[in-house]
Parts: sequence; C-alpha cells; structure tokens
Amino acid sequence: MKQTLFDKVWDSHIVRSIEHGPDVLFIDRHMVHEVTSPVAFLGIKNRELPVLYPERTFATADHNTPTINQHLPVADPLSRNQLKALEQNANAHGISYWGLGHEKNGIVHVVGPEYGITQPGATIVCGDSHTSTHGAFGAIAFGIGTSEVEMVLATQCIMQPKPKKMRITINGSLNEGVTPKDVALFIISKLTTSGATGYFVEYAGEVFQQLSMEGRMTVCNLSIEMGARGGMIAPDEKTFEYIKDREFTPKGADWEKAMDYWKTLHTDEGASFDKEFIYHGSEIDPMITFGTNPGMGMSITKAIPKASELEGGEATYAKSLEYMGYKEGELMVGKPIDYVFIGSCTNGRIEDFRAFASVVKGKKRADNVTAWLVPGSHKVLNAIKEEGLLEIFEEAQFELREPGCSACLAMNDDKIPAGKYAVSTSNRNFEGRQGPGSRTLLASPLVAAAAAITGKITDPRTLINH
Amino acid sequence: MAYDSFKTLTSSAVPLPIENVDTDQIIPARFLKATERIGFGDNLFRDWRYNQDGSPKSEFVLNNSTYSGKILVGGHNFGSGSSREHAAWAIYDYGFRCVVSSFFADIFRGNCLNIGVLPVQVSETFLAQIFEAIEKNPNTSLTIDLLNQKISLDAMGISESFEINKYKKENMLNGYDDIDYLSNIKSEIQQFASNTPL
Repeated sequence: MKQTLFDKVWDSHIVRSIEHGPDVLFIDRHMVHEVTSPVAFLGIKNRELPVLYPERTFATADHNTPTINQHLPVADPLSRNQLKALEQNANAHGISYWGLGHEKNGIVHVVGPEYGITQPGATIVCGDSHTSTHGAFGAIAFGIGTSEVEMVLATQCIMQPKPKKMRITINGSLNEGVTPKDVALFIISKLTTSGATGYFVEYAGEVFQQLSMEGRMTVCNLSIEMGARGGMIAPDEKTFEYIKDREFTPKGADWEKAMDYWKTLHTDEGASFDKEFIYHGSEIDPMITFGTNPGMGMSITKAIPKASELEGGEATYAKSLEYMGYKEGELMVGKPIDYVFIGSCTNGRIEDFRAFASVVKGKKRADNVTAWLVPGSHKVLNAIKEEGLLEIFEEAQFELREPGCSACLAMNDDKIPAGKYAVSTSNRNFEGRQGPGSRTLLASPLVAAAAAITGKITDPRTLINH
Repeated sequence: MAYDSFKTLTSSAVPLPIENVDTDQIIPARFLKATERIGFGDNLFRDWRYNQDGSPKSEFVLNNSTYSGKILVGGHNFGSGSSREHAAWAIYDYGFRCVVSSFFADIFRGNCLNIGVLPVQVSETFLAQIFEAIEKNPNTSLTIDLLNQKISLDAMGISESFEINKYKKENMLNGYDDIDYLSNIKSEIQQFASNTPL
C-alpha cells in the first residue's frame, strides 16, 4: 500500500491500536523542561512509578531562565524553585539535565537538533506545543500536556487517535528578502489558526527542499499556529549532512543501518492525503502580523483588511484591532515601534542572527527602539561570537543576551511593557503574550532588523545590503 | 491517579462568545510557575478578569454574578495555542466540569479529557442558540448526558448529539486515566521498546 511519510513513521510506532479509540504510540525521545514537568514527576511519585526509560528522556531549562547574569542565583523565587525541581527530578531519575549555565543549555527545540537527539523517523514529544520544530528532520514531533508527560515518563507511550493527513506544497523559489518565517506566516494567514486542526502536515515542494535545516525548523515550528498536530519534511542529503557526527546520532555501522532506513522516509508516489494545498514561492512577500493571533498576518506592503472582507467573526476582529491600537484599512509600513525581539525556538538559530546582521551591518539602532537579541542556545551564542556577528551587533548598538525562551512568553523579566509595540521573531502575538498589555507584531529576522534600524515598520527589501 | 467520573451534568452556563480564545488568555505564562497543581483557578482568564493593579474588570463575565455554573461556553476554536495543561487545570479549579464550543484546538481538547473536563463540540447553530438562550435567561440550564452523548438546552427542549471516542468515553464515565490503561500493558510496551533502538 502506498504510504505517506507520516504513515510510515506513525504506523511503525504503534504498540497497539484500540478499536474506536486511540493508538498506543511508542515515543522514541522525550524532551522535558521546567514548566510542564514538575506536576508530571509528582504524579509518578504518587503512583510509585519510576521513569521507565530515562535514557530516552532529556531535560533542559529554558522557559523561566534569565537572559542576563545567568551566573547569579535566579532572582524570582518561583522561577528558582521550578528550575530546582527540574534539576532534582532529573537527578533522581537519572535523566540527562542541561541546566542553567551548562554548555549545552538552551531552548529545548534548539538544543535537541544541535546534539542529534532529533533524528529522522523518530517519535519525539515534549510538553511544549512548538515540539513540531523537530519535524524538520522527518520526525513525528508534537506538543503534549502534562498528563501525557507523566504517561511518557511512566510508560514511554501516549494514547492518541491518528490525525488526518495534509500536504502543503510550495513550488518555485522565494523572492529576495523572503525568509522561512514569511513562508510560515503566509501559510497560516491562508489557513487561519484553526485551518489544520486535526491534521498532521507534510511540507513538500521545491521551496522546502531549498531551505536550510534551520529554515525547515522555523516552518515546522509554526505548524501548531494553524492548529496542526505537527508538521514534517522528508529527510534528504541536507538532513543527513546536518545530523552526521552529532553527539546522539548513530555512529559507524549503526549510522549506515540508520541511513538505509532513513532513505525510505518519503511519501510514496500516489499516496493520498485528506487535504492538499498548493502555492507558489513567488506569491510570498515579507510578512507581518497586525492582530492578536498568528493567522492575522499579511504582506508587509498591504493595508489592514476590513472586517467586511472577512467571513464572520467581526466582533472578535474588532476586539483584536482595538487591542493593537490599529484601524482597518491602515498601512503597516511606517507605523512606529518600541521594541524588537529576535530569538525563540522559531527564529533563535544562527541563520536568524546572520540574517539580522546582514541588515544592521554598518547601521545604527534607532534611538526609540529597545532591542533584545537572545540566542536559542549556548551553541548559537558561541557561533555568533566566532563568526564575528557580535562585533557587527555591538557597532550597531545592539546588546546580545544569554540563551533562553525570554520575551517569547515573558516568563522571566524580559517583558514588553503595556501598550508598547514589539516586532518579534517569535511565534505568538496573543494578547499579553510578551507581557501584560504588550502588542506583538510577528515577523522575520529581516523585518525585525529593518524595524530596529528605522524605528518603524519597514520593508527590509529597501535596506538589504548588496 | 484517576479523576472524578463524569456521567451527567445539569447546570447553568457562563458565556464567552469570543472566537480563538487562546491558552495565554485562559492562563498567562507568568502564572505557570507552580510545581504542584493547586490554585490555578485564581488566575483563570487573569488579564481579561483583572486590571494590572489586581482590581476586577467589572465588564468581564466571570466578574458578573448574573452568570454562574459548571459549564463554560466559548466561541469557535477554543483553546488554541500553547500545550499548557494549566489552562485545563485553571478551568477545572475554578469549578467548570465541561466546556462547550463549536470547535476546539487539539491539544487543549486532549488535556481536558485527560483531567476529567468534558469538551463538548456542537454545531455553530446550536452554539448560537445556547448564547441566545443564556442572554435571555442567564439561569437557563444545559444538560450534558455523556452516556447518550447528548447536550440539551432544557427550557427550549432542543438537543444535539456530540462526538467522543468510545475509549475516552469509558474513561470519563469511570474516572480512569490513560496511565491506568498503559500500566496494564507494560510488558507489551517493553517488548516493543526492546525492538526499537534508541
């Protein structure tokens, strides 16, 4: 039978299928962070159960961590307590733990691929919706709730019905100034935040083949923002090149054996999907969001749509624009901004900082802009220094911070003040996401850089250094 | 650790006729710092419910004593965004046992089912009828009958059936959870794991 990439990976992990119910799915690798795990560890303690496979479990601290002075004790007692709980739980159960200050520390979805924990054909879960990131390698990866974290700790399985299958194909190639982030925001703007709910997405076509692994991670990362369980891309030479010789990838004969399997991981010609969308790369411009969900995005050159152009939901739309302080019909270009945030599991990788540097090089940060540059991991931080990007940032009056989730969800002190506008390379522009009352404009690192230099929304194509 | 079983529920409902209610609104990230599952109801809809100085926003439905009950009724695409189970915990801890909407985000729906909050998906038409009935009479009652998979607007005598898979339905009716099931097939899982290299 002709199978999709998703079928191949899902079906090979079914321990048993329950009639009129979920599949019991075996999980190869479980990533754990401090926020969604303590209650799960408490749960297995109360049930007197051990962690069944600690060697398949990896813990890192990221959501709560400060991005300055990480060598000092964490000031917020609640955050400190949660970080301590993760360390104690990891140690008690023999789980690898990359805590604050550890050389491998960073955002869970950045460090997983960096150390080869993320591999093609694997099932990967984490108590975080952006676990979909790992799908870039041809893995089935998705976010789970704390009850499921507890399940995976105790049994290495979860119980879920098999999702439906969607394929999103983008042919052709991308125009100058258009990044993987724009591709994702474009897709979400077409499908809406619920358009892929109930589906697992495969991204296919020339545009995704041309993307780097970092770019593919950005696209897969945002799958959840259209409601999808996850998103994945068939592994290819680029994938194998990326993961080869990383700490947790197979070596020697095991590598050859794994490669034989990984090369079978593609959708068979003629396999069917429940839903398909096809676009062309040339349709996509640099994107920006203007509202309070990631589906409210558009080409940076356009005007905010009118409520009358929508199909229903006018009251919610009006509430959203009121929160943002915007009116329908207004152009986004030229609107003043206050903050710029580059980082997160969406755009906190080295390629994102290279893109940011390509625009700000030889220019100066606008006086009205506060900018937070937060690498996704220590590895990214080190690469920024080694590649000479730090000098470019410092000359342009940008300060580099230490790794973590930071202002993406503002659990630490990196909060955008109420009423202020932030151009952010992160993943959610929900009300108050970046701090109570904050107003978020999601965009690519290039759009963020252009805003940081000019102090207002600017089409980065007008600034790109040739 | 199983949860309360759910069989039938008759209650008035709290209306929240807003689409795309995301989990950051249900409980903002800054309130996710606990290491135990206690007290999340206090921060349910925190930033819609309270001003920054902590005073209640009188216009928000949870601050309006006209509306009460164990059922929360929300607009299309309820629970989108983050996987935080804290959102379901906050809804439970506040006192809701059922959320009704015309569409739920996946992870949120699963989280609710895993802790014993029943997500009931109804048609857009029925949802509009519920909102309308509550607007006319805030004390109007809804009945959720899980065994027969039926939701009724009692005073109007109208009802609709809803979907839930048989396995989850059994769990909810009996208060079982997935770990109870998985623990019983542990040797099967271990056999599978032994054939699955790391």
